[in-house]
Amino acid sequence: METTDIGLWGVPLAMLGGAIRVSTPFIFVSLGEAITERSGRINLGLEGTLVFGAMSAYAVAVVTGSPWLGLLAAAFAGLCFGLFHGWICKFPKVNDIAIGIALMLFGSGLAFFFGKPFIQPSAPDLPAIPFGAWSSIPQVQAALNVNVLFLIGAALAVFLWWAFRNTRVGLIVRVVGDSADAARAMGLNPNTVRLLATGAGGALAGIGGAYLSLYYPGSWTERISSGQGLMAVALVIFARWNPLGCFAAALLFGGAGALGPALQSVGVTQGYYLFYAAPYILTLVIMIATSSPSRTLAGAPGELSITK
Amino acid sequence: MSGTHRKAIGVETIGMTMRFGAFTALDDVSIKVPAGSFHALLGENGAGKSTLVKCMMGFYRPTSGDMLVDGREVAIASPRDASALGLGMVYQHFTLVPSLTGAENLVISREKVPGVIDWRKERGALAAFMERMPFKLPLDVKVAELAAGEKQKLEIIKQLYLGRNFLVLDEPTSVLTPGEAQEVLGLVRGMTKAGDLTVLMISHKFHEVTAFADDITVLRKGRLTGTGKVSDLSHREMAAMMIGDQPIAALDSRLEPRADAEIVLKVKALKALDRTGLKSIDIADLGVRSGEIVGIAGISGNGQKEFLEVLAGQRARDQGEVMVRGTAYAATRAEARALNVRLIPEEPLKNACAPRMTVAENIAFRTFDVDGSGRPVSWISAGAIKSFSARLVEQFKVKTASLSSPIASLSGGNVQRAVLARELTGEVDLLIVSNPCFGLDFSAVAEIRARIMKARNAGAAVLLMSEDLDELLELSDRILVMSDGALVYETPIAQASVQTIGEHMAGHH
Repeated sequence: METTDIGLWGVPLAMLGGAIRVSTPFIFVSLGEAITERSGRINLGLEGTLVFGAMSAYAVAVVTGSPWLGLLAAAFAGLCFGLFHGWICKFPKVNDIAIGIALMLFGSGLAFFFGKPFIQPSAPDLPAIPFGAWSSIPQVQAALNVNVLFLIGAALAVFLWWAFRNTRVGLIVRVVGDSADAARAMGLNPNTVRLLATGAGGALAGIGGAYLSLYYPGSWTERISSGQGLMAVALVIFARWNPLGCFAAALLFGGAGALGPALQSVGVTQGYYLFYAAPYILTLVIMIATSSPSRTLAGAPGELSITK
Repeated sequence: MSGTHRKAIGVETIGMTMRFGAFTALDDVSIKVPAGSFHALLGENGAGKSTLVKCMMGFYRPTSGDMLVDGREVAIASPRDASALGLGMVYQHFTLVPSLTGAENLVISREKVPGVIDWRKERGALAAFMERMPFKLPLDVKVAELAAGEKQKLEIIKQLYLGRNFLVLDEPTSVLTPGEAQEVLGLVRGMTKAGDLTVLMISHKFHEVTAFADDITVLRKGRLTGTGKVSDLSHREMAAMMIGDQPIAALDSRLEPRADAEIVLKVKALKALDRTGLKSIDIADLGVRSGEIVGIAGISGNGQKEFLEVLAGQRARDQGEVMVRGTAYAATRAEARALNVRLIPEEPLKNACAPRMTVAENIAFRTFDVDGSGRPVSWISAGAIKSFSARLVEQFKVKTASLSSPIASLSGGNVQRAVLARELTGEVDLLIVSNPCFGLDFSAVAEIRARIMKARNAGAAVLLMSEDLDELLELSDRILVMSDGALVYETPIAQASVQTIGEHMAGHH
């Protein structure tokens, strides 16, 4: 491919492309976590689910030759992880955060164990749509080559935002997340609702994992996730449990993550490693900025707690 | 939602008995609540009121006894059966979901909710429903943003929206201002008079019962001890039915305060953030003299809790000063000891006790590390703690299985007695009290109020915060009203009017 020199314009363009590319797993994991947390539970295990989803998607795609079957497999694996988390947490005196950490390590370990044979073979990629075909500049074409999962994620964010207000299921999830007593008084079983919400969250995280191994970076390695699953949890809090906010925050994180490679591509040779750390620094800054010793977080589901 | 036509139903219990193992919580209680009447259920804590109501609503299966609805015998095995018959209950604590709007709360609590909610249609239906209601309420704001009175109205509206026309109200006014309480009960009373509603209200407040109810039933220790028309009974007779012949601690008569009494507590330009961090409390100027009780009234959530926390050292202040007898006071242990400051916070088990430590240890918190003459000791004597606590337990009549039981195992009244014992022993120059009688029964309340009055007469300056206006009117020498984080009104007790205080509490000035 012939490259045209577009100078420093390459940085924002690469960041836009990077934001779209890198943000997709953040979108799915954070939307999944938003559903789970809105029901009153925290699932920190989504990092493990993400990695296991990446592995199972890749493995199934290699064996069957279809990336879509891989995607389904990842969603199913994620669903199982989520349901497992939800099932354990229904027992009294079980702490959802501790279980989440256990499942995070368990999911990654299991993925490495089953994933060993799939490090070498290559799997078919998920398709992307070339929105940049009108331009003759390859950088523009590259930046606007948008994967279908990104579009599905954007649509899903809008749908969830609508569904939390306008559907029975959405309202029930919010009721359970805000007041288990009120839910019981309505004849709802909070544990069942949370089980299903955690399952749905796990399935979405699995899809996020499939995107990692089947599109970007597009191969299965043991270092495929660099903490996206964990950061997505922080992102949900940053987004105030609002699906549209999750989408926007995921884009922001994606853009920050693309800063390092973009600088490198325009020839910055010194210190760009520091910019690789941008998403992590952003996580820290956001957590510090949104925390306060004397203030309670507005919009937090009432049942979310680490003191149970 | 049942149709436009609603009609009150009458409910009756016959020989309702409930045993939990060997313990009889409810013993052969028969009450009759005719359609369209307003019936009050009175009794002390543990008298069996909530057991009776829970049996009626299907939460408990009574050991024996029957229920009649509109004269026909019915079987109520679950709350679902009760709601199908049109029986509903409004709980003492709110069961609305705070982050949902009123409209969302109403729609989602319905038996059948469509998968996708057509809000335009629902809003139309709700508007039409609200037309027929005596209450006016904003349904489009989040419940968390409603005032307590509005929440209580929404709870009642929810029951009516769900088609229930026999309502049990469990202490419905405990979180309302006097004005709100009057309004809510007045409207409910209007609906019973119109024959739309039957009400069974659990209450502690005699003046409400007298003003609104037709009949009363009184329970004591699980037995029915009295029933009759409100118009035939005096408060004294009702109280006798409730507590039997046990003696009630009488309030000491109020000693005249000395005009030149020293100002013990002085608060100036105090500012601190409240728990949301969005608003702040701002106490411009407050002084409490020796030998007087200054009452602070206010609806909960207007900064009283934060103010107490600042005085107790539980919350940082942004600026301003707190002086006790002319010395700056930052609520350290040394200062509290030197200046004889004592504190009785609300929810004493949470705020004034270490729940899993023993009764003896909890009672000795103020004194365990000093010897008889107030010098710090390096060895703590378990024996001294025991004998000190034993004396106080005896003196303040704390009922406990043993001195070494964890204090969390005591009943609410006895935890409060233990805390009183600790705080009122020794010299007290300043006593800060918050909601001391919340959730306690008649005799415990009388005794605790008597102790506070005694401390005042002995020369302590008392700052009393309470959500119970009756308590403030009974005890205070002056009443201040706190609204929106500031002290907005002050009146000496002689000129205090419930009406004016209530208006200031609601922020109408």
